[in-house]
Amino acid sequence: MSSPENQPQDAAVELNFNDTELTLGLPGAAKTGSKREFSHTLEASSTSAKSPAQKAQVVGWPPVRASRKSVMKKCKYVKVAVDGAPYLRKVDLEMYQSYDQLLSSLETMFTCLTIWNDLNQKNCERGKNNNGGEYVPTYEDKDGDWMMVGDVPWNMFVESCKRIRLMMSSEEATTGFGARRGSSE
Amino acid sequence: MPRIAYAFPDEVLEHVFSFIHSDQDRNAISLVCKSWYEIERWCRRSIFVGNCYAVSPVMVVKRFPKLRSISLKGKPHFADFNLVPEDWGGYACPWIEAMASAYPWLEEIRLKRMVLTDESLELISKSFKNFQVLVLSSCEGFSTDGLAAIAANCRNLRELDLRESEVEDLSGHWLSQFPDSFTSLVSLNISCLGSEVSTCALERLLAGCPNLQSLRLNRAVPLEKLVNLLGRSPNLVELGTGAYTSEMQPDVFSDLSRAFVGCKQLKSLSGFWDAMPYYLPAVYPISSRLTSLNLSYATTESPYLVKLVSECRNLQRLWVMDYIEDSGLEALAVSCKDLRELRVFPSDPFGLEPNVALTERGLVSVSEGCPELQSVLYFCRQMSNAALVTIARNRPNMTRFRLCIIEPRKPDYLTLQPLDAGFGAIVEHCKNLRRLSLSGLLTDRVFEYIGSYGKKLEMLSVAFAGDSDLGLHYVLSGCDNLRKLEVRDCPFGDKALLANAAKLETMRSLWMSSCNVSFGACKLLGQKMPRLNVEVIIDERGPPDSMPESCLVEKLYIYRTVAGPRMDMPGFVWRMEGDSALRVS
Repeated sequence: MSSPENQPQDAAVELNFNDTELTLGLPGAAKTGSKREFSHTLEASSTSAKSPAQKAQVVGWPPVRASRKSVMKKCKYVKVAVDGAPYLRKVDLEMYQSYDQLLSSLETMFTCLTIWNDLNQKNCERGKNNNGGEYVPTYEDKDGDWMMVGDVPWNMFVESCKRIRLMMSSEEATTGFGARRGSSE
Repeated sequence: MPRIAYAFPDEVLEHVFSFIHSDQDRNAISLVCKSWYEIERWCRRSIFVGNCYAVSPVMVVKRFPKLRSISLKGKPHFADFNLVPEDWGGYACPWIEAMASAYPWLEEIRLKRMVLTDESLELISKSFKNFQVLVLSSCEGFSTDGLAAIAANCRNLRELDLRESEVEDLSGHWLSQFPDSFTSLVSLNISCLGSEVSTCALERLLAGCPNLQSLRLNRAVPLEKLVNLLGRSPNLVELGTGAYTSEMQPDVFSDLSRAFVGCKQLKSLSGFWDAMPYYLPAVYPISSRLTSLNLSYATTESPYLVKLVSECRNLQRLWVMDYIEDSGLEALAVSCKDLRELRVFPSDPFGLEPNVALTERGLVSVSEGCPELQSVLYFCRQMSNAALVTIARNRPNMTRFRLCIIEPRKPDYLTLQPLDAGFGAIVEHCKNLRRLSLSGLLTDRVFEYIGSYGKKLEMLSVAFAGDSDLGLHYVLSGCDNLRKLEVRDCPFGDKALLANAAKLETMRSLWMSSCNVSFGACKLLGQKMPRLNVEVIIDERGPPDSMPESCLVEKLYIYRTVAGPRMDMPGFVWRMEGDSALRVS
């Protein structure tokens, strides 16, 4: 159950950070100024092109023809949002072979955030997302519909996923991923 | 003054003109006087239309009644990189229909980046009694059914080349449609086909065609079958293998080697999908004959690639993946002194960190070691001004230079400066440079250099570069021979475009996407320049009536034309005309 003093803060978080695209680096990853510029270019390109939000890369860059794609390493970056977290992350779905791998990677990623939250004394109690319990993994597909992660074969998911959102379950939903009975908002 | 032009009968002039083949010379002849225009147009046999919308099929047929060969190009070059939406245009059908009725003796059709249907292919196969050459480069819209019609009906077919086209693969049996009596094939390129073709049909075809010189197979043809096929085509000059992999079998290896040796004219190899190191040495016995090697689909590790390349001392053209690394390019520079063209493709273009040891050093080595190097396409992750200056000084004979630094706006990695000076050196020293592609961090300064020095430049590709309109202005006002300019994600806008409106009529086309051009400017340009088609591609599905003048245009394609507005624009393409309802208060 969220304490009253958290609610206004949560609201503030919603307002201020909904569209913030600050990317956190994994420990040890080099982040240079030019890289951030590149990320902004990515965002700027995607929004100005008004292309479907699935494009996690700059369209048509680097300029390599489709016929070469079969011999190149693929990459499919999608944004991952977690309800209540101020930052979005990006993952490359091509790096995983299964749902298990993806979800355990997400758990690791967002455990870091929980730690950050703890240090800043935000919301230490709730969230209990160390094992993905409170959070239901969902994704937006090519048609713009929000789906439960895990329903379709992995390859189909990689192909059709545009973005991922770990939703706080507001009722006692049981997912296949070890949900715990959590308090609702 | 004696009217010398009329001293010769038309037949004599026509005979003289028949020795003139270059399009430019033919165009010049036709401008001398009306009489020469008339004679020339009746004896022109071959035309090249660089933009299929610059002129209409009706106009071509009317002016040149006796064509035997036609080449057409459709979509803008950036269509190769998914920047042009589906259904944009480039339809070959109206052309094929016009030619079917006007040119019963048409022999050759070459299309690039056009949309072609099975119906058109069938029409081709039935309309031209002496049809010989069909080249479909980066085309789409047809299936193997259309190819079946060509195979079945074109009795004198010499060349069937589908390079990089997207073909709907309905069945591999189309190849069987070549009749038993068919003997004329000289060149076959099916490397773009996804599914299997019948090997029996291939073998039968090759057995019947002793003059076959160029054979490019698709990935689905296994290595074992290649041996049989080579046995039946001893006159091959160019070979594209299928998948170059198999269980390691010494028999296959020695048979393969023997088959290569048996093709005594073999000079060019390509294909090599999934190339296994084990089988690469099968090429060694003929390596000194090879002048062209395309390993750009060979995902093999460096040492094996290097060994092969080092053996090919007479190589003139090498296409390879960046697995070759700097060390491999150094070896290339030592071994291949006749190298004229180098293309290095990225193996992991979307990865955030480099996966191979390929940097600017490889290119510098080749520029130092290969005195004949003229044409370069190079993908890498870092570059320096110093390296570019060295390359420019080493190779003033460069004619095509395309550099792609994978991360947009990346500066000189040593000094963190823009790469203006480096590319400036390229245009300054390479006085015959015709084609240039830029990348990395670049300010308006680089365009100043290009405008000053790039006097022979015909095609320029720009991405994520420049600071202001000045950049575009330098190029449009300075590059006297510019024909094609394609720009994406640059802060170029209205001022430069409008100030150089007249220049656009001297060019084939201008593409600008994700720049700073406004609707208002496009409308003004369309109004002022009736012989340009100013086409705006918008993402909304409705008319841009409600768009304010200041709203930025996402994609813009401007080209000169004598055919007026095109009739086949899809809903998302709008031609800007001054007097249309598109004017907004």
